[in-house]
Amino acid sequence: MRFITEFRSSELSAGLLSQIRLRSRTPARLMEFCGGHTVAIFKHGIRQVLPATLEMVSGPGCPVCVTANADIDKAIALSQVPGVIITTFGDMLKVPGSRLSLQEAKAGGADVRMVYSTMDAIKIANENADKAIVFLGIGFEATAPTIAASIIQAKERGIDNYYVLSLNKLCPPAIRAILDSGEVRLNGLICPGHVSTVIGSHPWGAIAREYHIPCVISGFEPVDILQCVSMLVAQIEKGEARVEIAYRRGVRPEGNPEAIKLMEMVFEPAPARWRGMGELPASGLKLRREYQQFDAELAFDIIAEPACEPEGCICGDILRGTKVPQDCPLFASTCTPEHPVGPCMVSSEGSCSAHYLYGGSLAG
Amino acid sequence: MCLAIPALIKSIDGLEAEAEIGGISRRISLQLTPEARVGDYAIVHTGYAISIMDQEEAEETLKILGEMASLVEESG
Repeated sequence: MRFITEFRSSELSAGLLSQIRLRSRTPARLMEFCGGHTVAIFKHGIRQVLPATLEMVSGPGCPVCVTANADIDKAIALSQVPGVIITTFGDMLKVPGSRLSLQEAKAGGADVRMVYSTMDAIKIANENADKAIVFLGIGFEATAPTIAASIIQAKERGIDNYYVLSLNKLCPPAIRAILDSGEVRLNGLICPGHVSTVIGSHPWGAIAREYHIPCVISGFEPVDILQCVSMLVAQIEKGEARVEIAYRRGVRPEGNPEAIKLMEMVFEPAPARWRGMGELPASGLKLRREYQQFDAELAFDIIAEPACEPEGCICGDILRGTKVPQDCPLFASTCTPEHPVGPCMVSSEGSCSAHYLYGGSLAG
Repeated sequence: MCLAIPALIKSIDGLEAEAEIGGISRRISLQLTPEARVGDYAIVHTGYAISIMDQEEAEETLKILGEMASLVEESG
């Protein structure tokens, strides 16, 4: 398959691995921000083949996982409003809120529908003129422009029964919060691939300079990830700290100007609640005044009971990289992909799910 | 959410396209990549093409890595 097989080449992987083993002298801890990278790293067994000098930790880059319980509760409360159809990406359905998951709300009679795209949500809105369609805006900068596009479309087509509950989050502020906290010592960042197709490399360049930490944007195939690690090792050994792109076929330094334009047209930065990190300033997106008619937060009186966390679950610590799934007393006992307690086990991009499915005894 | 399989754009109708993703045909939006052309490979995220693959960059990367791999092999 074009752009896939070539980047899974064992010859190129072996070459990169030899280079990493040859060059890596300084003990270093690398964080992959993105949940897609976590899965790829586990699936291809990359942690197991890296030299002992390199330690990999997973970051908070799983949009479903970082959604705070209070926000899930809000979505569930919305699903109870008569005449409301909730539309959402599949992974959100099973995430337990404080008392219920959306799936359980659906079983209890709420109209909750899984969609692959905001285009599907718009279609549902168009076909159900007597209902209010709420799309749960979960995701990072790769998703936010697609939500913005749907809002612009709704406005242009005069679809007035479409609403978005904007729980969108921005990646650079979360990384900054992790670096500011100093809880985890990090020596290099594997920066997200798809988010960077939109925002480009400059926001990571600023982080590299300010925190003196090497930042390399990676693709999702084993050759991409090994190339990224090799570039990080080269910077670490030379004492450099700058942004580089190891995914040049997909990411341009300036990002995707059209996507940025639409995102900025519809949204403005706002504080957001992150699981495990609390409220971070300017780390989320809210609808601008010109698009407020589509804001579910304003259109409905959402009354949710105070949120609470499942007892014993350490998803928050795992998302900050301070603990690993094996530190959790619930991991692989009460909490499994079939019966998840915390979101990191629910989401296909969650750290606990990756450890459970691919980790084996070597993972840590 | 990060479907990393590039989609081959088969036909374009306004800001929508028929694309082949791993052998399956799907309708995708080109609203974020209006520059897309038939024959391009796109990175598709939740139904929208968010980036068009740069084929030259891909070949360049593979060439550099290939040269590096043979050098490592010779010296190894």
